[in-house]
Amino acid sequence: MASELPPEFIVKIAYDRCRRCKRCVMNCSFGCMQFTDRVVPEHKLCVACQRCVTFCPEHAITITKNELAYKENANWSPETRQNILKQAETGGILLTGMGNPREYPILWDHLLVDACQVTNPSIDPLREPMELRTFLGRKPDRLEFVESEYGEIDLATEIEPQVRLDVPVVFGAMSYGAVSLNVHRSLAMAAARSGTLMNTGEGGLHKELYPYSGNVIVQVASGRFGVHSEYLNTSAMVEIKIGQGAKPGIGGHLPGEKVDEDISKTRMIPVGSDAISPAPHHDIYSIEDLSQLIYAIKEATDYEKPVSVKISAVHNVAAIASGIVRAGADVVTIDGFRGGTGAAPMVIRDNVGIPIELALAAVDERLRSEGIRNNASIICAGGIRNSGDMAKAIALGADAVVIGTAALVALGCRICQKCYTGNCAWGIATQKPELVRRLDPQVGAGRLTNLLTAWSLELKEVLGSLGVNSIESLRGSRERLRGIGLDSQTLELLGVKPAGVGQ
Amino acid sequence: MVMRIDCKGLYYRKQNKIIRDAAEEGETEFILDNANGQRYIGNGIEKNIKITVNGVPGNDLAMFMNGPTIIVNANAQDGVANTMNAGEVIVHGSAGDVIGYGMRGGKLYVRGNIGYRAGIHAKEYKKQIPIIIAGGVAGDFCGEYMAGGVLVLLGLNRGEGVPIAGNYLGTGMHGGVIYIRGEVDEYTLGKEVSVLPLDKKDLKVLTKHLKEYCEHFGLDLDEIMAEPFIKLQPLSNRPYGCLYAY
Ligand code: SF4
Ligand code: SF4
Repeated sequence: MASELPPEFIVKIAYDRCRRCKRCVMNCSFGCMQFTDRVVPEHKLCVACQRCVTFCPEHAITITKNELAYKENANWSPETRQNILKQAETGGILLTGMGNPREYPILWDHLLVDACQVTNPSIDPLREPMELRTFLGRKPDRLEFVESEYGEIDLATEIEPQVRLDVPVVFGAMSYGAVSLNVHRSLAMAAARSGTLMNTGEGGLHKELYPYSGNVIVQVASGRFGVHSEYLNTSAMVEIKIGQGAKPGIGGHLPGEKVDEDISKTRMIPVGSDAISPAPHHDIYSIEDLSQLIYAIKEATDYEKPVSVKISAVHNVAAIASGIVRAGADVVTIDGFRGGTGAAPMVIRDNVGIPIELALAAVDERLRSEGIRNNASIICAGGIRNSGDMAKAIALGADAVVIGTAALVALGCRICQKCYTGNCAWGIATQKPELVRRLDPQVGAGRLTNLLTAWSLELKEVLGSLGVNSIESLRGSRERLRGIGLDSQTLELLGVKPAGVGQ
Repeated sequence: MVMRIDCKGLYYRKQNKIIRDAAEEGETEFILDNANGQRYIGNGIEKNIKITVNGVPGNDLAMFMNGPTIIVNANAQDGVANTMNAGEVIVHGSAGDVIGYGMRGGKLYVRGNIGYRAGIHAKEYKKQIPIIIAGGVAGDFCGEYMAGGVLVLLGLNRGEGVPIAGNYLGTGMHGGVIYIRGEVDEYTLGKEVSVLPLDKKDLKVLTKHLKEYCEHFGLDLDEIMAEPFIKLQPLSNRPYGCLYAY
């Protein structure tokens, strides 16, 4: 049965300007553009990824919404009806890609940062040094020193392994399989240049990227793909993935058609077979079990690497995080419900989890009140869009933030949400060689490095205006934040005062 | 030289460090006496050493292991051969739950019974094929999500009416094969598997591994092969391919 779905978008071609170069036909990976005697778009296939628009030399293409495909109705949005039609035709789960696009409040946009005036002068970051360096890992409860016979003071406390970040931003976990090898290459090179980390996600690390081990977080997820002792040791840090913000409680599923020779080698599964990551780790059914896995990893890495545990932000996140820290994790990564994904059931992505702002505030508060905040670093993920969000996250208690979607946007992603199709026109969420080639890793690494450089500069500006010269002075300093347009309970949860209230 | 370690009251972290360091120095054989629940024995070791465990080792024995041979002269606990890459584990008693989870190579031979979720998500890659053989019976969810490898249940010495495997056998299985000596009730099977008779190739594979197994435990291969086996295989290597709308 032919689908009755009306096209979502209309592709308009200004034929008077078109010079019939067919570039749009070659660029469209969704098969939307046909060439007969002229370019003819098949509107139904358009996903508005903007590839043709970007590459048309005559700027002859515009893509618009198919406005009246569905008669206006404030209750029954076009998307709601489109989804019903899709399900009526297929009887299947709706899949989608990227993060939650719904209009939930974005609390970052309701938080404002303080600045110095008159009495305590601000600092000019252009002339004065600003410290952005951050160390991830377990910090000791107290420091002890010994005096040598020559009167020198030495540290006696044994410090647990720490990972140094030159900028408090790490790249999000995106598996090779969900994204292309050129994305992994770009991320690894940029991480090395910027003094930060990329994260393999759950699909293993391609051999070619082993030299970047000092800038890689290797992930251990329920499917254990590509996990072996050499992999664990080719890293700066190991991360146990329990959950992902975009799909809390849901496993992963890389369809067999994406498992080509190279991916099969990295994941260590046969070509063409589905890579299924079950929802839970089957050796973790309790905090004690989690602890067992944490220490299994520490044993396998000779206690030389911090171990992170990543969870999605869910209702009980603070208590869970406390358990994770007590289980022996050196880092807790919390992923909010706006975090991205290569593929997730829409019903989960759009309805499950809580915003990272609240989760972060709750976790930081809980760990502090229990006196164990120093036992683990907190990394905050899922919805960091700019350096302002980053500064606010750090003030709310994060040691560092994660960028996934923002990094992909820097690489060319247009957030068309079709990652799960494997047809990404920008060479990002695809394994098709002709598409992967579209992303030059050198160019990609340059763009990502630029982004991190820009955010660092901006963060220094923020610190300067706050009158502090180190990120450490902003960390967890909620007094430097004020809320606007937030109800009193949300303010209380965030631990910030409303704007207009002084000290 | 053989290094003997008395594990009585020895903290696992210390014990494993002794083994790791000595192996690094070239020691190839270890005997652990009085083992009593020490975890992670053999964890992540990449060398072809041999470890004999006298006593009961703790959880995650041979996890991430890549090469060694471990012989356990007692029962083993949970998580044996978890995410193991290569090597051999021979357990002269029974083993606990989640053995061979995510295992992708090497051999795990258990003389007695195995617990719940054995061989779960075992996978194979080219010539690297994990082999799990249990002489007794298995608990529920045996071979769940199995994506590769060979799992054999012999059901030896089991009591009257004791099933050879629990419920949900092979649920979500999408690769590999399970050989069972005897019959299983249809209702205990996961819906992703089918029961097939063994062909010539199966018999060859099975005989090869069982021969080795029998040598370890002093069992008679012919006697074991005298009973008929069945084979469980996934119906598809893409069990969840048609769950989604477009
Ligand atoms: S890319 Fe632009 S100019 Fe070239 S064929 Fe397409 S619409 Fe015409
Ligand atoms: S990664 Fe590609 S497919 Fe996914 S949203 Fe971005 S542009 Fe679209």
